[in-house]
Amino acid sequence: MNTPAFIQVDNLERTFPGPMGQDPVTVFRNLNFTIEQGEFVCLIGHSGCGKSTILNILAGLDEASAGYVFMENKEVTGPGLERGVVFQGHALMPWLTVRENVAFAVKSRFKDKPKSEINAQVEKFIDMVGLSHAIDKKPHQLSGGMRQRVGIARAFAIEPKMLLMDEPFGALDALTRGVIQDELLEICRATGQTVFMITHDVDEAILLADKILLMTNGPLAEVAECAENPLKKPRSRQEMHHDGHYYPFRNHLMDFLVNGPSTAYADKLEGDAPPPVEAPADGPRKVVNG
Amino acid sequence: MSQSMTFRASIVSILILLVFLGAWWGATLPTKVDLGDMDPEYAKMMGLDTMQESDIPTPGDIGSAIWTHLSDPFYVAGSNDMGIGIQLAYSLWRVLAGFALAALVAVPLGFLIGMSPLMRKALDPYIQVMKPISPLAWMPLALYIIQDASISSIFVIFICSIWPMLVNTAYGVAAVRDDWLAVAKTLEVGPLRKAFKVILPAAAPTILTGMRISMGIAWLVIVAAEMLVGGTGIGYFIWNEWNNLDLANVIFAILLIGVVGMILDLIFGLLGKVVSYKEV
Repeated sequence: MNTPAFIQVDNLERTFPGPMGQDPVTVFRNLNFTIEQGEFVCLIGHSGCGKSTILNILAGLDEASAGYVFMENKEVTGPGLERGVVFQGHALMPWLTVRENVAFAVKSRFKDKPKSEINAQVEKFIDMVGLSHAIDKKPHQLSGGMRQRVGIARAFAIEPKMLLMDEPFGALDALTRGVIQDELLEICRATGQTVFMITHDVDEAILLADKILLMTNGPLAEVAECAENPLKKPRSRQEMHHDGHYYPFRNHLMDFLVNGPSTAYADKLEGDAPPPVEAPADGPRKVVNG
Repeated sequence: MSQSMTFRASIVSILILLVFLGAWWGATLPTKVDLGDMDPEYAKMMGLDTMQESDIPTPGDIGSAIWTHLSDPFYVAGSNDMGIGIQLAYSLWRVLAGFALAALVAVPLGFLIGMSPLMRKALDPYIQVMKPISPLAWMPLALYIIQDASISSIFVIFICSIWPMLVNTAYGVAAVRDDWLAVAKTLEVGPLRKAFKVILPAAAPTILTGMRISMGIAWLVIVAAEMLVGGTGIGYFIWNEWNNLDLANVIFAILLIGVVGMILDLIFGLLGKVVSYKEV
């Protein structure tokens, strides 16, 4: 490798102390992957494989037991403004309005900017997620989807080099999820944002990600495959299932979640043509985590 | 629906008041005394009458006592004869001074205990021992050390109102959601800004509840403290009127203590509403 990657994760391992005198549990180990600037990377895997822990280590909120995370050649040792986080449970402060919630972040990032510029930045990013009409509302007056949008606006508003998202749409209904996915796709396309996102929704990963990391089950989870998304960009929810790669790739991901690791998708390809779609052997496909 | 509920509740409230006043009035009616075959002239000379007034003040007596006191609340006619407004002001001043001092100590200390599990463990035994001590038990010590009756009662208020505020602040601070702290961490928010912009607003409803409890206790204790040290204040007023055997004034003062206590509680209830938030 001649130029070092934007984010480099080296032999990451996390061990939690066992409950009451039992042996410690190693949730994952030997984790190696890279993220390039402007890349959208999704991590999928079952609950309990330590997905959120990985994100927390990248965010600097948790510490690895072994291994390192480098960002632009500097080791990540704590939280920082160059990494924005969208939390699973939106984490808005309920005593602040939408405007104040985003302003809290903007003021933290741009400490010396005059008030007018802070306001402009806040309004720009609230407008970006289409919430200008609700700017002076408190979180409890918003729907779940709107709250998550505010969380996204707050994370984008500090203009981080890297955005970390922990199952941001997990708690939303399918319709709202689709709408916000489209918005996120649009925003990332426009800003060239580097994103690391955790999800267990295969379609979400196919739509959004340039690269999908597949994790085996914990404890002792590992990244079994790092699959480049074969679907051509730009992708859209309406069109992407017409791409020849859609069904084979989706089946590949589902097979991984249901049956565990097998041949990597890249090795199934003959040239650039998508592999033929096989009918699932075990009848109707099992739905994994929605 | 709720409108008519309020309306119906007030009707019931008024009915209860009327029944109570009626029963009171009935129970304090002058009673006929059987003088037997005593000469009426002789009985009059002896201060006896066929109609004996009740020893307990009637509602009318109380009404006139309320009127007398409230029509001129701020007169000063000597150290033992001051208007009820003055007495009340003394009591309120002591309560507010003691309470404010307690808040100055309890809120920062509560922050410390809430944020540091070590300090919580270290200070817990002291708090557990100090909390159940009746505030009045401190009075002799306070009088001996401070040598001033008024400041001693302020100290007693301080010591009784500090515990609920301390315990509630510590609890509120310790219970701030990890999410919000994580947000502050990822935004590299400094410790002071974190304390004032995240932890304080998050814990404010719990802190305010502690203050409300403290204020209630302080108002209970001030009456007893002033009865003990004397001089001025609503507690002293009651004791003085008891020594004068003026039960109408005692009952008036009891009512007044209740009304002022209710107002103090309402104020803290409103403050609590201001800082409360709906969690989502």
